[in-house]
Amino acid sequence: MSELAELKNRAAVIGVGNTAYGNFPDVDEYGLAAQAFRSAVADCGIDKNQIDGLVVCRIPYYGRMGEVLGLDPRWTLTLPPHGRMSGIGIIEAATALATGHAKYVALLYANIGRSRRVNYGGDESPGVWDPFGFTSPGGAHAMAFQRHMQMFGTTTRQLAEVSVAIRHNAGLNPDAVMRKPITIEDHENARFITAPLRLLDYCLINDGAVCLILTTPERAKDFKKPPVLISGFGGQESFTRSSIPNFDMDFWYPAVKAAGDQAYAMAGVSPKDVDALMAYDNFSPTVLFSLEGLGFCKQGESGGFVEGGALKVGGRLPVNTDGGHLSNSYMQGWALNVEAVRQLRGECGARQVPDCEVVQYVQATPCTRSIIYTRG
Amino acid sequence: MSETYNKPLPKIDPVNRGFWENAKAGRLSVQTCKSCGDKHYPASPVCPKCLSSDQEWGVVSGNGTLESWVDFHRAYWDGFKENLPYRVCLVRLAEGPIMVSNLVGNSDNAKMGAAVRVVFDKVTENVTLPKFEMA
Ligand SMILES: [Zn+2]
Repeated sequence: MSELAELKNRAAVIGVGNTAYGNFPDVDEYGLAAQAFRSAVADCGIDKNQIDGLVVCRIPYYGRMGEVLGLDPRWTLTLPPHGRMSGIGIIEAATALATGHAKYVALLYANIGRSRRVNYGGDESPGVWDPFGFTSPGGAHAMAFQRHMQMFGTTTRQLAEVSVAIRHNAGLNPDAVMRKPITIEDHENARFITAPLRLLDYCLINDGAVCLILTTPERAKDFKKPPVLISGFGGQESFTRSSIPNFDMDFWYPAVKAAGDQAYAMAGVSPKDVDALMAYDNFSPTVLFSLEGLGFCKQGESGGFVEGGALKVGGRLPVNTDGGHLSNSYMQGWALNVEAVRQLRGECGARQVPDCEVVQYVQATPCTRSIIYTRG
Repeated sequence: MSETYNKPLPKIDPVNRGFWENAKAGRLSVQTCKSCGDKHYPASPVCPKCLSSDQEWGVVSGNGTLESWVDFHRAYWDGFKENLPYRVCLVRLAEGPIMVSNLVGNSDNAKMGAAVRVVFDKVTENVTLPKFEMA
């Protein structure tokens, strides 16, 4: 194997599971991840002892996770608790399956940030700019969005469209944490955290866990539900200004374009074929940056693109149909990938996108990744 | 400047010491590679362009342009509570590198590309923070 494109449709998602999302002070990461794992095992009907590959993210110790689940895999990968590892983990798992490192990979993610009061800033994440009070991913995204406003004339009312549409979608998802509809005025009247960003531009912080189980397409036929194929993926890092974390002078445009172009070429699709987009929405501007980088609109034109509820289920491009990080659950991309699978299976009830055949995931972050899922 | 300064202070180490010594003396500097001439900030143990370890702290003009800014309405450290909201800026120095700092003084007319210049804020006996104001 020499060309990345040969990995098209070489891995499939057969099982997905998640916990409830909320505030669970009495459970740790292992307990939450085990619940999600049990749910994913039941979803596909696999004998859990068949699982010979394990990916863990935001879980302290892979060994303890294996002990809790009674697994001695052949292949293990552990990922740091950063909000950009889901795309990496899924792509690495797909590659491990294609190369024979494992036959069945379980990917586990858990987050206890709500009950343990994680702040995502200040002394929790020391940085070189702390003396100036520049901290937190939100502060960095605010600086990026201010720049987008200056360069392209994007407005906060346009930005509001992102949060309003994603909240609307959450309202269609009975399991979402935040379901009460909001308006553009609600957004404009919310308190500033890091101006120009307001409270409603920020994702939730909640506890929960997610699991996906992947195998090869040949093996995938033996399980309960139709497999969902990983048809394309791509990646591009932006590390050379890492001292300003979560920030990119060009809104990750080159990286998102590169990752998207790789994924589209591998899958043999283009943006017009995408029935739903799952865009990493730690902060609402990231969705705008993703739309531009992937080519759903030109750079600088995302503000106009999202107007009029374009991102709602039923809109021009349904985005984060489960409510995303902004309103469903802060599962750092993992739950968005689960939602992609559920949309392609047709399991989404009131939020189901009709005739859903191609779903794209993207994370516009210092580790940009995109994955294209299709029906098996 | 006071005995009770309670905001975070820079972690001064052998690689970045020259920057803070210059700042204390009222000079803004960026790390400059003696091998290839690359100018960069923050401090790096080797030149990111050519990997040379032979670097110095080259004094710069202190002039730059505003690339972006953000107003913090939340204090992640108690020491910033009295300053809320405070303005953080992203400045491109005339010599090329970009730097995060605070935009102080009246900056109601802030816009991308506006000229800014360094000012020095001596916050403790040992630490002077280079900040910026509208030029
Ligand atoms: Zn050099």
